[in-house]
Amino acid sequence: MSKRLFVKGNEAAAMGAVEAGCRYYFGYPITPQSDIPEYLSRVLPGLNGEFIQAESEIGAINMLLGASATGARAMTSSSSPGISLKQEGISYMAGAELPGVIINISRSGPGLGGIDASQSDYFQCVKGGGHGGYHIPVLAPNSVQEMYDLTMHAFDLADRYRTPVMLLGDSVIGQMKEALIPNPRPATELPAKGWEVRGKGGAEQRVVKSLFLGDGELEAHNWHLHAKYQVMKEKECISEEYETADACLIVAGFGSVSRIAHTAVTMARAEGMKVGLFRPVTLFPFPEKALAQAAGRAGKVLVVELNTGQMVEDVRLSVGAAAQVSFYGRPPGAGSLPSPEELLEVIRKNYDESAR
Amino acid sequence: MQQVFQRPKSLKDVQTHFCPGCHHGTIHRLVADAMDLYGVQDRTIGVASVGCSVFLYGYFDIDVVEAPHGRAPAVATGVKRARPDSFVFTYQGDGDLAAIGTAEIIHAANRGEDITVVFVNNTTYGMTGGQMAPTTLVGQKTSTSPYGRDKSKDGSPIRMAELLAQLGGVAYSARVAVDSPKHVLEAKKVIREAFGYQAQGKGFSFVEVLSACPTNWGMNPLKANARVGEEMIPYFPLGVFKKEEA
Repeated sequence: MSKRLFVKGNEAAAMGAVEAGCRYYFGYPITPQSDIPEYLSRVLPGLNGEFIQAESEIGAINMLLGASATGARAMTSSSSPGISLKQEGISYMAGAELPGVIINISRSGPGLGGIDASQSDYFQCVKGGGHGGYHIPVLAPNSVQEMYDLTMHAFDLADRYRTPVMLLGDSVIGQMKEALIPNPRPATELPAKGWEVRGKGGAEQRVVKSLFLGDGELEAHNWHLHAKYQVMKEKECISEEYETADACLIVAGFGSVSRIAHTAVTMARAEGMKVGLFRPVTLFPFPEKALAQAAGRAGKVLVVELNTGQMVEDVRLSVGAAAQVSFYGRPPGAGSLPSPEELLEVIRKNYDESAR
Repeated sequence: MQQVFQRPKSLKDVQTHFCPGCHHGTIHRLVADAMDLYGVQDRTIGVASVGCSVFLYGYFDIDVVEAPHGRAPAVATGVKRARPDSFVFTYQGDGDLAAIGTAEIIHAANRGEDITVVFVNNTTYGMTGGQMAPTTLVGQKTSTSPYGRDKSKDGSPIRMAELLAQLGGVAYSARVAVDSPKHVLEAKKVIREAFGYQAQGKGFSFVEVLSACPTNWGMNPLKANARVGEEMIPYFPLGVFKKEEA
């Protein structure tokens, strides 16, 4: 039985990485994620691991690429502007099918923006981000416990599908302290590697690359990647539902805002409104089927995001004509985080009185 | 009959795609010779960079990771830290190392990563068709400096071997050329010495190799070869600029 700890979300993610067997970390300081490199700079040397504070985000992601190419479990972390810089390396890793975990404790933008809780990088994370039309799995924790659990899961997904995986949080999830039960890493069956560079040792040469110039090679490679994404959509969707069974209105939100929405839904229930919450935990693959089912029963979905409308596009694609979709967004910035009471007011406006 | 000359074991028995008169083939051979000398082929991980040399995995019979443009020293850092028992080298051109990858090379060198960097300086971007490089000589005409490199606007060519020699983490930094049999023999010795530093775990080693690019210089192979000695060596002097004592 694991002990109960009281830690920050960022520390929980770093602890989850260590528990998952990650021994190589490459990063660069940026608020609000610097607890992660600080924690790992203390811990990894004692575990026979390596910590490097890189010269830049670009340096860090390419060190991750190199360590990952040897088959090692490795990680980097950053926040929005730094993630923009890492996109080059993420695209190369996606192209070369290299596993690796990237923690993005996102902040507000565009530009230097601010350091407040934000969901304005949904498109960047979920729709590829770098050049070349790829996807990477994106996990969106909403608690300190999930920062730990989903970081471990991210490493397994990365190895299972030979892909970079992103954990997307923000300053609320990264900076808050909650109870954490640091459970041991769950047993998982993972495919044997056999692609990693190791020095050929008299065996066949191995090359880790993303350049394909032969006739038809790159098209075939892209179809191969596409097929992997289809398998992920079938097998790896995660979502959480609260009070959706009899709901006439589904509130949909991920990450930090889902916690506020959860309180607002509870308050609405106390007023007699049949409201539920749908929380995508994987943003790619997006839990289309589960959402479509819940939305089809309710007939109405209210999407809440800390931006001007991004995930709402995936909600609309998922539910099609089965439900009416409305949106409430708050672009990030100091003082823009909605209170449960504010969300309750939005729920009241969107709730069909005849459904009571 | 005694065989006195043969293809290095670390080099595949294939034709290269390099242009006639290009020095990459010679430099590949010298790098393979050094790998053979130390018997490290089976534990070598090469890092290919963006440029004409990206296809080095087609010529060297070793494991290879392909790096994004300029990032080979960072990729090599990740490889070496995760597999400290491996022998790691990068092979980079002048656009890759001295322009887009300046931060990566300086910091890998300054950390004293236990890797070897082979830097091929031919004063131009070869793969993309002969544009101005950070090493292009003042007055040299390229496809993006059609009136000649203008020092007042484009700056002066960067001498990387001397620059890196200033950094504390660098164990060995040298510049060689392969435009004459004498220079090739000297280059062979220097590349062996640089690889030797890593073979003994003594830290970061760097060899800059002056190289001809007849195609993008608009010269025949003989004239291009002559230009290395006539124009490049006077600005990029050959020599060992740093050599930490063993």
